[in-house]
Amino acid sequence: MGLEEKLPSGIVLTSVEKLAGYMRKNSLWPATFGLACCAIEMMAAGAGRYDLARFGMEVFRASPRQADLMIVAGRVSNKMAPVLRQIYDQMAAPKWVIAMGACASSGGMFNNYAIVQGVDHVVPVDIYLPGCPPRPEMLMDAILKLHDQIYDEKLGPNREKVIKEVELAAMNAVPTHQLKGLLA
Amino acid sequence: MAENQQGMFGAAGTGDTSGYGGLVRSTASAGSAQRPFGGYFDQVADDLERAYPDFADAIERVVVDRGELALHIKRERLVEVALILRDKLKFEMSMGVSGVHYPDDKDRELHAVYHLLSVTNNQRIRLEVSVPDTDPHIPSLVEVWAGSNWNERETFDMFGIIFDGHPGLTRILMPDDWQGHPQRKDYALGGIGIEYKGAVTPPPSDRRSYK
Amino acid sequence: MSTYADPYASSRETTEGTVFSVTGGDWDSLVTEIGQAKEERVVVNMGPQHPSTHGVLRLVLELEGETVTEVRCGIGYLHTGIEKNIEFRNWTQATTFVTRMDYLAPLFNEAAYCLGVEKLLGITNDVPEKANVIRVMMMEFNRISSHMVALGTGALELGALSPMIFCFREREKVLDIFEFISGLRMNMAYIRPGGVAQDLPAGAVDKILATVKDLRHSFKDNEKLLVGNSIWMKRTEGIGYLDLAGATTLGVTGPVIRATGLPLDLRKIQPYSGYENYKFDVVTADTCDVYGRFLIRINELEQSLRIIEQCAVKLKSLEGAPVMVADKKIAWPAQLAIGADGMGNSLNHIREIMGTSMESLIHHFKLVTEGFRVPAGQVYSAVESPRGELGAHVVSDGGTRPYRVHFREPSFNNLQSTSAMCEGSMVADIIGAVASIDPVMGGVDR
Repeated sequence: MGLEEKLPSGIVLTSVEKLAGYMRKNSLWPATFGLACCAIEMMAAGAGRYDLARFGMEVFRASPRQADLMIVAGRVSNKMAPVLRQIYDQMAAPKWVIAMGACASSGGMFNNYAIVQGVDHVVPVDIYLPGCPPRPEMLMDAILKLHDQIYDEKLGPNREKVIKEVELAAMNAVPTHQLKGLLA
Repeated sequence: MAENQQGMFGAAGTGDTSGYGGLVRSTASAGSAQRPFGGYFDQVADDLERAYPDFADAIERVVVDRGELALHIKRERLVEVALILRDKLKFEMSMGVSGVHYPDDKDRELHAVYHLLSVTNNQRIRLEVSVPDTDPHIPSLVEVWAGSNWNERETFDMFGIIFDGHPGLTRILMPDDWQGHPQRKDYALGGIGIEYKGAVTPPPSDRRSYK
Repeated sequence: MSTYADPYASSRETTEGTVFSVTGGDWDSLVTEIGQAKEERVVVNMGPQHPSTHGVLRLVLELEGETVTEVRCGIGYLHTGIEKNIEFRNWTQATTFVTRMDYLAPLFNEAAYCLGVEKLLGITNDVPEKANVIRVMMMEFNRISSHMVALGTGALELGALSPMIFCFREREKVLDIFEFISGLRMNMAYIRPGGVAQDLPAGAVDKILATVKDLRHSFKDNEKLLVGNSIWMKRTEGIGYLDLAGATTLGVTGPVIRATGLPLDLRKIQPYSGYENYKFDVVTADTCDVYGRFLIRINELEQSLRIIEQCAVKLKSLEGAPVMVADKKIAWPAQLAIGADGMGNSLNHIREIMGTSMESLIHHFKLVTEGFRVPAGQVYSAVESPRGELGAHVVSDGGTRPYRVHFREPSFNNLQSTSAMCEGSMVADIIGAVASIDPVMGGVDR
């Protein structure tokens, strides 16, 4: 619609943001991207005991065109990485990614030739969820944190302001490889 | 098997727990097992001899170890022996090919190990074929057991053993344009060091290892 | 439809004809192109990301109308290099890797590997009886949970949505048992070379018997949904036909070959871990089709419950027995226990190594840092996993690390039979056939 881009920053835009955030977070549709063991826990999260339907998320859309959220559940091998990127590209904005499990977040216990060491090498990730595999309750916690993030997302001129601020902060921050801890 | 092992290792059976010795340990490789083999292995060997008169010529070595019979076969005779095992000795099912890479075993670096199961007689047997790195060709057993198809592709993918006569020998686990054969001993594990706030954890291949 | 040209939707000419990539929303452009093409045959890619292909399996189909003329499987999308990773770890640490191969039956992977290591060590008969009973019980529970996923997802792929929820409900009960005993729901690394990681907690046997009673009652619900259901039977009878000759030459084991009538079950013909002491039946069918395999899985659930009950009776009399082999140079030292902060060394063990016994401390140190050594040689040990014969070819060079471990995965060999089962049938039948093979891609690709 583009309505949010036309509104000036102010009480109306804030209300539209809140409304849009509320709508988006309450019917986030995940894309089926279950790869390995974490996929089974994801299925268990969608099943009877740990019910994802109470968040409006039990419809795992097979087609990425109809999905908002890609939960990368499982280890991504080098052969699967282009497929992952293709699925991510086919999703329509706004889209979010949860890297579920240790293998998706960082390569996990498989530090070798075959596994991509973290899907953030391939797609931008919003929430990293550790665990091997993470319990369904942990997955739901990650989803709820994502919901909060989505609720607070700004639109229009507010969004541009936020983007500028984040970029400035990132440019002024200490680079990761220069962060030294106790073992350096 | 490595003939001479050197370097860091701990103690087995002695009180030495230092593990930093410049000790050199040599392991003698086992020769062929002598008759009687024990269990059903004698019957299998007898049946094979009866059905295949060139038995002594084709079998390089017989190893009976830990309750299992392993026949080391020359690669030229592999298909004949396999056909006889399937038809006369009733080893109907093949459990697939497993490759092993022994870089120290000059001219016999790549081993292909076949496990066979006889359902009628409830027996298991192992066939082993050794080929050199310079000429890694083994005849394919797809004509004998159709299930060897994917297993041979996997062994080719992981070790570089080329199975002659295979209907479509391509990579199966790695991407089609991958270079190298990952499970060989001279192929690096490919891990990366994990760095966090200045501390580095080396990948598993670079960590301190005990022999 | 939009006139936006999708970069991924394309068609290209190959030696086999025109290959179309369909991305959704462009069906009419696809149909126009096909209409203009001279050939009747279409190659369709059911890509690695697909809701019905049981994991990251790629099926390349050549279709003539709705009939499938050729099926090829593309695998390797989950290849993790576990077998190579193991070569850089201890014999005991390898258990944690091996457990993640076939992630629906982690205990079977561990059991095959540990039986192989124990055979190499020569301690197969020294593994304590309680450890064997616990192994058998946990493996049978795992068989139940694996079959639940197979039945649930198989039904889901063919369009039946309720069995999925029902089956996962039963699976959660089994996962509760796993969590109670080993600390984790999945990928537990509970079976270790020499025994099991820790003893049963107090009250385990009663909880097990209560769960068995509960499951037996719930399985009736699952049966009522699908067994004898005419729609289900129409979808599954006569589909995915693979007879005994085909199964034998393809090296297919498990429910698929038992559906041809051959009672091939390693638990009966080559028993391990004391399976010869339990009374149970081998379930077979003689229809060689998807419905037969489905019935086999349903009936195997009851047989597993029988075995678990017998195990529970044995466990009642084995209170306080050891669960690890007695040889201190091999046994993982700490009797692990679940404390306030998770699983770790039990306080008794810490008291002993810190206060009482220097030898225990040294053993603990050496075993955890260096690990035990396994004499050189190679073995092949096989277990009957829910999918078929799971074999571990373990090669040792006398050191603290495995030299080569190769897993003969049943899903890998069973999946080869897809072409034999599906060519000549309809597209929808492929889904049923693949679901009846029940491949777990983690095991296929390792």
